Amino acid sequence: MSDVMLQLKGVSSGYGAIEALRGIDMSVTRGEIVTLIGANGAGKSTTLRNITGLVPATAGEIVFEGKRLNGMPAHEIVKLGISMVPEGRQIFANLSVAENLDMGAYLQKDKAEIARQLERVYTLFPRLAERRKQLGGTLSGGEQQMLAIGRAMMARPRLLLLDEPSLGLAPILVKTILSAMDEINREGTTILLVEQNANAALKHSHRGYVLETGSIVMEGRSSDLAADPRVKEAYLGEK
Amino acid sequence: METFLQQLVNGISQGSAYALIALGYTMVYGVLRLINFAHSDVYMFGAFMGYYIANSTLGLALGPSIPGAILVMVGSMALCACLGILIERFAYRPGRSPSPFTLSFWFGILGAGFGQLLGGTLVSVALGALAGAVLGFVLEKVGLKPKPQSSHLKLLIIAIGVSFFLENGGQQVFGADPKFFPQIIPNRSIDVGGVSLDTQKLTVLGVALLLMILLNVVVHYTKTGKAMRAVSFNLDTAKLMGINTDRIIAFTFALGSALAGAGGILVTLMYPRIDPLMGIMPGLKAFVAAVLGGIGNITGAMIGGLIIGLAEVMAVGYGQSTYRDAIAFVILVLILLLKPTGIMGKGMVEKV
Ligand SMILES: Nc1ncnc2c1ncn2[C@@H]1O[C@H](COP(=O)(O)OP(=O)(O)OP(=O)(O)O)[C@@H](O)[C@H]1O
Ligand SMILES: [Mg+2]
Repeated sequence: MSDVMLQLKGVSSGYGAIEALRGIDMSVTRGEIVTLIGANGAGKSTTLRNITGLVPATAGEIVFEGKRLNGMPAHEIVKLGISMVPEGRQIFANLSVAENLDMGAYLQKDKAEIARQLERVYTLFPRLAERRKQLGGTLSGGEQQMLAIGRAMMARPRLLLLDEPSLGLAPILVKTILSAMDEINREGTTILLVEQNANAALKHSHRGYVLETGSIVMEGRSSDLAADPRVKEAYLGEK
Repeated sequence: METFLQQLVNGISQGSAYALIALGYTMVYGVLRLINFAHSDVYMFGAFMGYYIANSTLGLALGPSIPGAILVMVGSMALCACLGILIERFAYRPGRSPSPFTLSFWFGILGAGFGQLLGGTLVSVALGALAGAVLGFVLEKVGLKPKPQSSHLKLLIIAIGVSFFLENGGQQVFGADPKFFPQIIPNRSIDVGGVSLDTQKLTVLGVALLLMILLNVVVHYTKTGKAMRAVSFNLDTAKLMGINTDRIIAFTFALGSALAGAGGILVTLMYPRIDPLMGIMPGLKAFVAAVLGGIGNITGAMIGGLIIGLAEVMAVGYGQSTYRDAIAFVILVLILLLKPTGIMGKGMVEKV
């Protein structure tokens, strides 16, 4: 079943005069974990911001489940079933943990379904349940990452975008977070994972793309990419 | 002692009216990082709408009574909310996206203002408007586009334009001469241990308290209130939740404007003289109150309003009434020197 869920065709984007993406092609198939790796400033976050509608693509086409996303406002794209865990977590510091999760479920109408999903999030990250009354801004970095993922899950997305979830976390927490991601994927959510930590990302994904200064320079099965000498040298710190 | 208690009551009444206006400044600042200069004109608009409602057939039939007062209050608040939404929709929202015509239009309005100040003739006004319009168009096309900082400057200029538009529009439509607000509640005075509590002051206190409690409930316990707080923390992240941020911003304007309208009615209960420029001074003081409390902070605005009101009344009571209007500005200078983030301000919002 090669059922393409998300497809980017020749997508370019930028900020004013700065060109961040130069015509990239990529796709995500239903049920996969796909990773997008690359160095600082390669354009990974820009790719995700294009998909979610926060930054417009200046050329090319973004199609999700047969619908063209170009020009659609960000809050409409969420309705289609795409959620993002943004870079730097972006927890609402002035809202409690529970309120942050409420905001994740902003578009959900079915109260019983919201309660079920909340249980799922609290089961995935029991730490959040303990801290539900605490202000988001007072959580540790790892807890904030859990909250950011939990918040995105509250929208019950079919496609989850993660922007550098391992950033600034101790190795043990990176493991916790990525295992949680695997679990979310097993329960049926398709995932697009952006990472600088190529090692971990390639271990936890099915396929990968390598982005360099706005262009995709390599793609393939994650195990193949991890074995590729060029990837090893540039991204895995091996000779 | 009795005079002190009397002053206290007067100060709190005055202060709660300032607090209501300050809330609008602080909430709009929260979601847009913008000082809405037109807010004081919404307050003026509220007082005038109250005046017209009270003098309408229905208003006159009800006379000074509780239903009459509710009609004036609620009617004026609703009309102010509409004005707030219109201002957001036709000035600030287009101003947030690259839109040469918006900037052109509001620059033109400002230009007309300068024309009026400098020459005062029809020709100078027209020339000013034209120059402003061209300048606005050119700036948007070439200069101000890519940088987010410049979009704040743009909104600020638009805000001044809107304020100018409303004040001059008010003079045209309502007339520049002052009007006298009719009595809308029966006037009675009770003496409590030497402190005179009249129905006006009690109404001001009661209504202000009620509205602030309602606002707190909205902001803390409703979904829209939570969304307001989310938007004020980070606009893009709020969008990622599926929040229609434009709608939340419009709602914030409506809420703040309704409170300004209520403030307009309450102040005219105490000082019934109204004119199209009446908003300027209370607007400035309420703005100082918002800064004093920590701009963007709702509780801060309430506290700030009370402090300004009390300080002003005390200064008049014990010192010189000529300094009445200066007190707020002395406080502004002090706060900027001692704690620029305000009483409840936390400085820059921490981000991880
Ligand atoms: N808001 C912005 N304004 C201007 N330029 C930007 C902005 N955001 C990103 N850029 C530029 O666009 C390019 C791509 O940035 P992007 O954030 O997509 O990179 P990234 O791959 O996510 O990097 P990192 O791993 O450091 O997060 C960079 O050159 C960056 O400087
Ligand atoms: Mg990035």
